[in-house]
Amino acid sequence: MTSGLVVLAQATADGNAFAQMIVDGISFGAIYALLAMGFVIIFKSTSVINFAHGALTGLGAFLIAAFATVLDFPGRYLTFLPEWAQWTVNVLTALVAAALFGILLERVFLRPMVGEALFAVAIVTLGVDIVVRTITNDWIGTQPRPLGAPWGLAVVDLGWVRIAWSEVIQILVTIILLGAIAFFLRSRTGVAMRATAFDQETARAQGVNVGRIFSVAWAIAAFLAGVAGLFYSIFPRRATGVDQATAFIAFRAFPAVIIGGLDSIPGAVVGGFAVGIAESAANTYLTFDFLGNGFPGIVGYLLMMVVLLIRPYGLLGTPEIRRV
Amino acid sequence: MRGRPLLYTSYQADQALLNTTTKKVMLGLLLLVVATIPFQVIPGLDFLGSDDWLRLLSTTAIFVVGALGLNLLTGLAGQVSLGHAFFMGVGAYTAVWLGGPEDAPLLGLGLPIWIWLPAAGIVAALIGVAVGPTAVRVRGLYLAIVTLGLVFIGDYVFRNWDSLSGGAQVGRDFPPLQFRLWKEEEPLIDFTTPGTWFGVEVSGLAKSFFLLVTIAVVFTLLAKNLQRTRVGRAFMSIRDRDIAAEIMGVDEFGYKLLAFGISSFFAGISGALLASFVVRVIPERWDLFLSVQFIAIILIGGAGTVTGAILGSAFVVLLPRLVGDFTQWLQSVALGEGFGSAIANVFVATTPNDFGLVNTFAGIGPGLSVAQLNLVIYGLLIIGFLIFEPLGLYGIWLRIRNYWKGWPFTY
Repeated sequence: MTSGLVVLAQATADGNAFAQMIVDGISFGAIYALLAMGFVIIFKSTSVINFAHGALTGLGAFLIAAFATVLDFPGRYLTFLPEWAQWTVNVLTALVAAALFGILLERVFLRPMVGEALFAVAIVTLGVDIVVRTITNDWIGTQPRPLGAPWGLAVVDLGWVRIAWSEVIQILVTIILLGAIAFFLRSRTGVAMRATAFDQETARAQGVNVGRIFSVAWAIAAFLAGVAGLFYSIFPRRATGVDQATAFIAFRAFPAVIIGGLDSIPGAVVGGFAVGIAESAANTYLTFDFLGNGFPGIVGYLLMMVVLLIRPYGLLGTPEIRRV
Repeated sequence: MRGRPLLYTSYQADQALLNTTTKKVMLGLLLLVVATIPFQVIPGLDFLGSDDWLRLLSTTAIFVVGALGLNLLTGLAGQVSLGHAFFMGVGAYTAVWLGGPEDAPLLGLGLPIWIWLPAAGIVAALIGVAVGPTAVRVRGLYLAIVTLGLVFIGDYVFRNWDSLSGGAQVGRDFPPLQFRLWKEEEPLIDFTTPGTWFGVEVSGLAKSFFLLVTIAVVFTLLAKNLQRTRVGRAFMSIRDRDIAAEIMGVDEFGYKLLAFGISSFFAGISGALLASFVVRVIPERWDLFLSVQFIAIILIGGAGTVTGAILGSAFVVLLPRLVGDFTQWLQSVALGEGFGSAIANVFVATTPNDFGLVNTFAGIGPGLSVAQLNLVIYGLLIIGFLIFEPLGLYGIWLRIRNYWKGWPFTY
């Protein structure tokens, strides 16, 4: 596993290395925050630790590649739209497909496990991860598949810092999605979801359709994972596209979840950006030879260990009350 | 007392390792079969003595040691660990540092097996106890992700410590299974070359098979006995209800650390043996997939049972081989004539661009390769066992046994 992070900092010898580091970190962090948020939404509302999040990310990115570049569906029927709008429609279609797949996964593999030990359910998702990832990898094949983002390799050079267009769009999209989630949690379904997270049985007794809440949670998580997969598979992260290693990005987002606290959505965002900036800082400043390859890839885990030693439930997590 | 099953007149008899006659007979038969496998004397089972099957069975014996370790930690003490591969890696690299050749450019002290094998376990156990405080402080699902972190950190260290591991994607040779008293040229007992034991010709593989099975038996006894004693009961009480255990005087922190230490010890030994048996191992070998394989072993076998760890190891190690054989058979059917061929054609591709769920022509056309099919089957088995038979193969065995115990009545 290579670090997989392409950094623009090297290109700006005359720029401000610190500012560049922060910008790159926010951009990595946005990917992690999207992944971590989906993970936390699933955990909060269904009490499932989803180790299949990587598979969802890889599958989402693959679906985008398939819909946007191979099939060009439904963009090929929308010729009156400009090219970028066609691409966007294709991507949204792919993300909806990914969300439907998320619902299907929950329905088939996780619904029978409701009420079982958390550990057993977590291991089921490990199994799901293996199955989905293997089949996705077979579809992807040995060559990376480009996602055909219309802004390509364009970069904004502000003099003191360089930002890729895709990073600007990525950060905007992340902010919009975060806002949408915050808004959603205040809606009727969102309140039902929070009630389910608090106590499934009581929520049912109050007339909440818990099964539907599970589906919604998985759909949102798969959607967010797909978005994360998209931004991870285009310039400046992995310019070549989605490949068999894409799914591993989720394993680097797990520390973000733990740092923020397993059951805290704001925590997931904080954790995501913390891990992103820490990795970016390691990329920029920790370039000693003895550290070898791939050190930024484990910075998140090291940070996680330190945070856990101080706060065993993460920065914003709820301490578990233990009863006999 | 004859004819009255499950009547024990003393605690010792109830707690005995083999508390029924059936168990004694079955174990005796099993040991007899295992002892004769390399000589191919039992008709019908003689294929097990061929070189590739001996290799698989030896690997099973190695996996049994590791699986027993994870079983103690996850099955008995209830601590979910995805970090087993990391501790196996630690064991393997301890072994190669102590046992590797002295003159090579890589690290190595040239010490004999009776030093490097126990040391592999001890160093892994020490590291297990050292990371324990972080691991013990966090609970349940946080623990799973902390141990997941160990695998990634270990992977990074192994790949970059070139003088120890031989470098990423390159790897190095591990010390062979040879018994020396000290650093003499000729090993006292060489488990890798053919020779004569007690007047019987034995191949090198047969020798290492016997060694590895003996080690596996010793560790099985260790694990089984641990389970029957105060320590094992303490582990189980922590698994079932940790606060209640603490109130009853079980030192939760201490026993969790102990569980980590013992489990890592087993993992270290298993890792060292695996590397030594395979000879050349790349640092990427000790990755998350290995950990998942061990989780699969104890879940498929039956969590918390020694029998389950053994059944699960055999199942997981032999599965790829069975899937490969099955695919080959399917392909031969598909290439043949008649109705069977038409059905098989749906499942297997006969030419590189043919449609088929399985495609043995690497990397071309649709369809999964055999290796990918293996992975999918692993995944589906993990899911299937957890959903339908949480007690694993052991649970299936229990149900069969109980059915016949009460036959012809249903209870």
